[in-house]
Amino acid sequence: MTQDYIRQRERRTGWLLILPALLVLLLVYAYPILRAFWLSVFTENLSTNLEPVFSGFENYGRMAQDGRFWASLGNTAIFTAASLVLELILGLGVALTLDQAFRGRGWVRTIAILPWALPTALIALAWRWIFNGEFGVWNDILMRLQIIGNPINWLGDPNWAMLGVIAADVWKTTSFVAILLLAGLQSIPQDLYEAHAIDGATPLQSFRKITLPLIMPQILIAMLFRFAQAFGIFDLIQVMTGGGPGGATEMVSLYIYATVMRYLDFGYGAALVVVTFVILIAVVAIAALYLSKVRHAAGVEE
Amino acid sequence: MTTTHPTATPQANATGIPWKKVLLWSAIALTVIFSLGPPMWELLTSIKTNSAITADSVVYFPSLDQFTVEHYVQLFQRNQFHIYIFNSALVAIVSTVLCLGIGSPAAYALARLRIPGEQIVLACVLVVTLFPYILLFLGLLDLVRALGLANNYLALIIPYTAINMPLTILVMRSFFQQLPKDLEDSAKIDGYNTVQMLWQIVLPMTLPALVTTGILAFIFAWNEYIFALTFITRESMKTIPVAAAQLGGTTLFEVPYGPLAAATVIGTLPLVLLVLFFQRKIVQGLTAGSVKG
Repeated sequence: MTQDYIRQRERRTGWLLILPALLVLLLVYAYPILRAFWLSVFTENLSTNLEPVFSGFENYGRMAQDGRFWASLGNTAIFTAASLVLELILGLGVALTLDQAFRGRGWVRTIAILPWALPTALIALAWRWIFNGEFGVWNDILMRLQIIGNPINWLGDPNWAMLGVIAADVWKTTSFVAILLLAGLQSIPQDLYEAHAIDGATPLQSFRKITLPLIMPQILIAMLFRFAQAFGIFDLIQVMTGGGPGGATEMVSLYIYATVMRYLDFGYGAALVVVTFVILIAVVAIAALYLSKVRHAAGVEE
Repeated sequence: MTTTHPTATPQANATGIPWKKVLLWSAIALTVIFSLGPPMWELLTSIKTNSAITADSVVYFPSLDQFTVEHYVQLFQRNQFHIYIFNSALVAIVSTVLCLGIGSPAAYALARLRIPGEQIVLACVLVVTLFPYILLFLGLLDLVRALGLANNYLALIIPYTAINMPLTILVMRSFFQQLPKDLEDSAKIDGYNTVQMLWQIVLPMTLPALVTTGILAFIFAWNEYIFALTFITRESMKTIPVAAAQLGGTTLFEVPYGPLAAATVIGTLPLVLLVLFFQRKIVQGLTAGSVKG
């Protein structure tokens, strides 16, 4: 057996091993995305008897004029930005806490990752109940603390509903951010801090000069994942508010879902999918570029 | 994983109060209350009587006659929740096993064998982990219709296998890379071909990593909502998250707060148990799956 022959056989075996996984991925990821691109240049809705009729970029033109689309995009942007900022701050706090040595740390860590593992749809039910305007515990706590005088219908009021869904999302995913950041914190050699302390640095200075720069890659990765998930958030909102009241919490994903499943407007729904996809990929590409730069700067080798 | 940082030396200041310790334990207490508060409130609601749930002032400590199991009884007798548990368990377990069976060999090939185009495959796998399911459901709906899979468990099992595939490949690949190569080399010298070697030598050593990945895959499959909502409309085939979210009262205007809370508890219980027993593995898998990428 020549070296070449072995190499060739290895290659063939390799592809055979990869093939099933690749097929599943193509079927469930590549096909739907390509299909959406294709369908987006057709009109396929009740006015065409659900038959696809080629209409060029009509769907995209319609989108530019579609106030509901822009409103949902704005909602999504607010939701995503607020959730990410809060999760990063809280997640960092939790991670710094869990990084300390204390009795019962294992238990606290287990408790801290619990929210991440629970089904979002069911967590949405729990938060809907907490924010209930009539019997909700959140109103009761705030009234006991005399922060508010009268009960607020959190999810029924357009001004408060967005705050409610953001709170639920922050609760659900802070633990994910904390887990990733904790891994980063634990990889920082302790002697760095000791040396810095000998130089007379305060803990706050060490945090800014050592901790933050060294966990920057983990921060960016966590934010990248969270961006993608928050931007496409569906189950939490659908169950908590259904996009209401009056569209105040309607995200792009809910609008896409309603366009397809309620209005049976498949062509337009596909165009919405395409635009969402393009925005997502653009942000991810920029973040990935920045990430490789930061990783390079931090000298982290993965 | 458990690096032991030297204990922060409590720096007592002039007043003698160890501020550092106070701060630390406040942070710990806040973390615990923050994480446990909502599930605990749901648990308490689920075992309170209807009159205690809708009492004028919120009942935090029910008296003995305000406890009840009627909400759970109702879920199983009137709402057939055992069927939903079965459905959720079935699709989650089958898709997890499929995913490990298909994903691990691929991960092995990507870690060990020199394959042209390997980097491209990996890059694609990384990018698709970021795709929200809403981008996929329209195309999948087409597929489900074309293949006649509506109201068929396969309509969930196949997508769930796929959505866990990137994670499986990334975690298992990083595991295989840490595995010493000598064993495989000597197996090759002994005349095993790649598949035999994988099955008889690598697989037994891979069990811990398979468990890690399997737990994560199970969690994601159990929690999935949008596909389950869209592709399954037959009542008897729904999964727990969908069934719970669609739970209604006997009349249009009655909101079944108690049963809703009980349904949440039932649907989250398996995951709470998983976290309790496999906390460390979950953390390992999550960090290996995202950070190493």
